[in-house]
Amino acid sequence: MTRKKVKPESLAEVAATGTANPDIFELRLYVAGKTARSVAAFENLRRLCEEHLAGKYSIEVVDLLVHPQLAKGDQIVAIPTLVRKLPQPIRKVIGDLSNVERTLVGLQVRAPRHGPEPGE
Amino acid sequence: MTRPEIDRPHREGSLPKAATGIRGLDEITGGGLPRGRPTLVCGSAGCGKTLLAMEFLVRGAAELDEPGVFMAFEETAEELAQNVRSLGFDLDDLAARNRLVVDYVHVERSEIEETGEYDLEGLFIRLGHAIDSIGARRVVLDTLETLFGGLSNVGILRSELRRLFRWLKDKGVTAIITAERGDGTLTRHGLEEYVSDCVIVLDHRVTEQLSTRRLRVVKYRGTTHGTNEYPFLIDEDGISVLPVTSLGLRHQASDERISSGIPWVDAMLGGRGFYRGSTVLVSGGAGTGKTSLAAHFADAACRRQERALYFAFEESESQLIRNMRSIGLDLSTWADRALLRFYATRPSAYGLEMHLATLHKLVVDFKPRVVVVDPITTFLGAGTSMQAESMLMRLIDFLKGSQITALFTSLTHAGQFTEGSESMVSSLIDTWLLLSDIEVESRRQRGLQVLKSRGMAHSNQVRGFQLTDKGVQVRAAARKGPARRPR
Repeated sequence: MTRKKVKPESLAEVAATGTANPDIFELRLYVAGKTARSVAAFENLRRLCEEHLAGKYSIEVVDLLVHPQLAKGDQIVAIPTLVRKLPQPIRKVIGDLSNVERTLVGLQVRAPRHGPEPGE
Repeated sequence: MTRPEIDRPHREGSLPKAATGIRGLDEITGGGLPRGRPTLVCGSAGCGKTLLAMEFLVRGAAELDEPGVFMAFEETAEELAQNVRSLGFDLDDLAARNRLVVDYVHVERSEIEETGEYDLEGLFIRLGHAIDSIGARRVVLDTLETLFGGLSNVGILRSELRRLFRWLKDKGVTAIITAERGDGTLTRHGLEEYVSDCVIVLDHRVTEQLSTRRLRVVKYRGTTHGTNEYPFLIDEDGISVLPVTSLGLRHQASDERISSGIPWVDAMLGGRGFYRGSTVLVSGGAGTGKTSLAAHFADAACRRQERALYFAFEESESQLIRNMRSIGLDLSTWADRALLRFYATRPSAYGLEMHLATLHKLVVDFKPRVVVVDPITTFLGAGTSMQAESMLMRLIDFLKGSQITALFTSLTHAGQFTEGSESMVSSLIDTWLLLSDIEVESRRQRGLQVLKSRGMAHSNQVRGFQLTDKGVQVRAAARKGPARRPR
């Protein structure tokens, strides 16, 4: 009879994720060439991070025109797509990130507001 | 591989086509799908869309030197590989040889937030990368409409899908896009609006607890195509579509004669037996020796070193072999030498058209010179009489077209000369043998008469016979006539 190895493995996984700094936002922005939309997304993202995540974020920009094989790993379909790699679980925000509020909700920097938003 | 008769002439010089490699489908479409264009395959859940699409890719990659990309929106590559393994498709091997790429695209709505403008360039890049990595000529998108569940901006989605189809055309790949059938529309999200070259609808219907899969080419721009619904099978060899409708009366009539396997029956048929390629009906009540006659016929074919295919709808193979051994026929030797093949199943196991499709497939595979269907009656009871007639006509036309001599047995009830189904069949039959019980000196005796036999002089006697351990023997005492009467 084989012993169950599931548990130690999953524990190891837990340990591995535990080692990462939970406060750091590891972000990856997928674009396809330097289009106006991807430039806008990047600008919006940087502004937002400086404002809300200053000192605890990293942004990696992946141009799929240069590295098409990378689209598969993060299940990229729409462009631009912002992926929050860490903290887990993975979150995605697609679009040009023009709406700061929604982007923050998407990244779970801010919990979605309950009830009607101001001005609605 | 030799193909069976094509049900419509294929004209050269029309639209360039890409053979699918799927049995029967290329016949119906006159050569395959429009090359370099997308084809829409739609149908409800479980109708075989994914399988058809996958077989199109696998056949292309393995047999037609056209590598392919399968973009799966619903199943992972592992699941897909597992699902089609039972059909003999080894996706891992094809992938290892760079003949096939399976890309699983998953859009999880719950982890996505949408803000502002976006496009589906990521999808295009993935697809383009997959195509370029193996030089793919074929693409499958299964099921693209899943995107409508994952992304909320329908406006963007629609314009991007339109762009995607144009892009596929520009790429010059032959593509299949699958879609779920909508309520009263071909597809749930109106994809037929974008894919206008070729649309195929699959259908899985259950009537009176019998299921039948059907395929129909709804639209095929710039080419002629069969417009009927064609039944199709999914079995261990993948999909086979039954291309036969009615072939019409075009078959060549042969002058060759073949033995019924019983010398005195041959004697009653002008001394030389049946015409090759003719259709023979043996009808009679229970226990009149129909199966014995059929077995002799199959045995005679094997003796001539011709292959015989025996469809048994009442007895299993081993029971048939055992029973026929009791009248001196050892069918097992022929079965061992692969000259005789049995196919035993209950007629109620499937719908009529599925049976026809199975018959068709076996005939194409095994290439028999004679076919026995024993009995055809139970079979015809399985559908409405119109269905039954059309199915029988298609079967007969198909067998005749392939110059196969067919013998059907048919059960008539006691005291009934012909059954409804028989009178209907009559016009399709070339030679009709009637077996009956005759009472002679208060003993039951079997009698055989030739009701009709087209194109030959035949006996009008009723010959008495008995089943002995040396086969079906004519009984001298059974001769009909005044001499038999007690003096």
